[in-house]
Amino acid sequence: MRTRPTTRALQYIAVLAYLIFLGFPLLWLISSSLKSPREFASVTPSILPKHVDFSNYTDALNEQGLVRGLGNSLQISVYSTILVLIVALPVSYALARFRSRLRPLTNGWILVSQVFPVILIVIPLFMILRPLHLTNTIPGVVIVYMVWSLPFALWMLQGYVAAVPRELEEAASVDGASRLRTIVSIVMPLLRPGLIATAMFTFISAWNEFFFALVLLQDPQLKTLPLVLARFVGAEGQVQFGPLAAASVLATVPSLVFFAFLQRRLTSGLLSGAVKG
Amino acid sequence: MTATLTAPTQVKKPGKPKQNREAILLFLPALLPVLILSVYPLIRGIALGFTDARAGLHVETNFVGFDNFSKLLHNNLFWDSFRIGVIWTLSVTILQFVAALGLALLLNTDIKFRGVARTLALIPWAMPPVVVAIMWRLLLHPTNGPVNEILQNLHLTDHPINFLGNFSTALPAVIVVGIWVGMPMTTVTLLAGLQGIDRTLYEAAAVDGAGAWSQFWNITLPQLRTVIVAITSLDMIWNFNSFGLVYVLTAGGPGGKTMLPMLFAYNEAFRYGNFGMAAAMGDVMVVIIILFLFFYLRNRLRSEA
Repeated sequence: MRTRPTTRALQYIAVLAYLIFLGFPLLWLISSSLKSPREFASVTPSILPKHVDFSNYTDALNEQGLVRGLGNSLQISVYSTILVLIVALPVSYALARFRSRLRPLTNGWILVSQVFPVILIVIPLFMILRPLHLTNTIPGVVIVYMVWSLPFALWMLQGYVAAVPRELEEAASVDGASRLRTIVSIVMPLLRPGLIATAMFTFISAWNEFFFALVLLQDPQLKTLPLVLARFVGAEGQVQFGPLAAASVLATVPSLVFFAFLQRRLTSGLLSGAVKG
Repeated sequence: MTATLTAPTQVKKPGKPKQNREAILLFLPALLPVLILSVYPLIRGIALGFTDARAGLHVETNFVGFDNFSKLLHNNLFWDSFRIGVIWTLSVTILQFVAALGLALLLNTDIKFRGVARTLALIPWAMPPVVVAIMWRLLLHPTNGPVNEILQNLHLTDHPINFLGNFSTALPAVIVVGIWVGMPMTTVTLLAGLQGIDRTLYEAAAVDGAGAWSQFWNITLPQLRTVIVAITSLDMIWNFNSFGLVYVLTAGGPGGKTMLPMLFAYNEAFRYGNFGMAAAMGDVMVVIIILFLFFYLRNRLRSEA
């Protein structure tokens, strides 16, 4: 069926509207980060900077708290990602391969953990971690992130495990390989794309996370990047929007790199996990 | 998973006890952290709502029954925040869905700029909520934000509007940001659903002389029903429980006009130290979510049958 010219025109108008709604905020953020302080204060702002000026970026990177926040965020995200993969791999294997009684329980837990408001969890968590001297520490936040990105990681990974042909494992066990051996040398290599995708999602969710960090980290030395950025905004009045915009762009870079990498697989891979899981 | 269900090896009885033991072994590394840091806190959190727990290291905690809940019943500020939370959740979820469905339908055609639109549609998802909030504060800034500049150039307003600071505009402004953030996930899901619809259905309908509108109404929507129910339920839960975005955008202000229930409970717990009361608020939120989902899903599923 041919699309009529008027319909076509309307479609393009609609696409244009979407592009502006979705893209303009990003364009503005990036262009703000490249404007000189003088241009920033101008009463008639222009969409693109008249002179590209990187001083906001150098200013942001000279800010002590910001660099420290970046380092803290990186550390926490990397550690919790590694932990999640170690824990999620065997569980998702068991979920996909065995029909044990733990499966409905685990799926129930995944569901419940999505429905419950975090405020209910964060108070007891705080009360558990405090006597263990784990509030206000990086390991404390790491294990909390590990547990709370686990549901999504399991949900993704078990779909990938289910896609690995069972015959390969049977062949290995006929050849006398133990279950562990089969997992390590047959399943894991085939799971590489799934493991990478899961790792990225875990990393990003830790990198972007705000609420648990806000409650668990009070020490300014330990604050993650989102906390540092949020505090900058809070200090309205003397807030410098230029460096803040630059820091915001920097904070988004890791996620953008990962998403650029994942983009093609996202529609198919993520949802195949959902359907097969 | 379908493979697991149909594989003949699963049916064999003798293999089972050994399999169970192996499964438990594989679960073991996850079990302890999940029990201590997820299952236990969940149960403890629910129970805390029935106590007078307070912040501080050596404070006595007593069981107080439904005391917190009867106090909440008369707490107008809490109900105000609840009303705001419901307005926020429903507006964001519904508008998000309509906008995302429109975009997904466009991305499913052979239109140009599809690639660009798809990439742009994903970016908000990748951004930290705190950064999204900062970005929109720049956009909506009363003196040097572009939104006010554009509105004034179009003569839609003669004075700059402080969108996030005005009583009447704060909640709508925050809702727009909520839609912007949540669109990607919804669009991607709906697009995947659209791509799964059998093309021959449309061909058959076209042969019968059905127009685009009737095809959308009689094929696309019914075929998408499961996906729509799933994603709107999830969106609803996520939106009702959202925190970081609005915390950085307005911190609940001006004058509590954007005080979502999560923000209210957070203040109660960590600003005033009333852990028990905050947990009771959380309990009320859980009950509301479950009731809502129950009725929503029951009606949806019934109309499907």
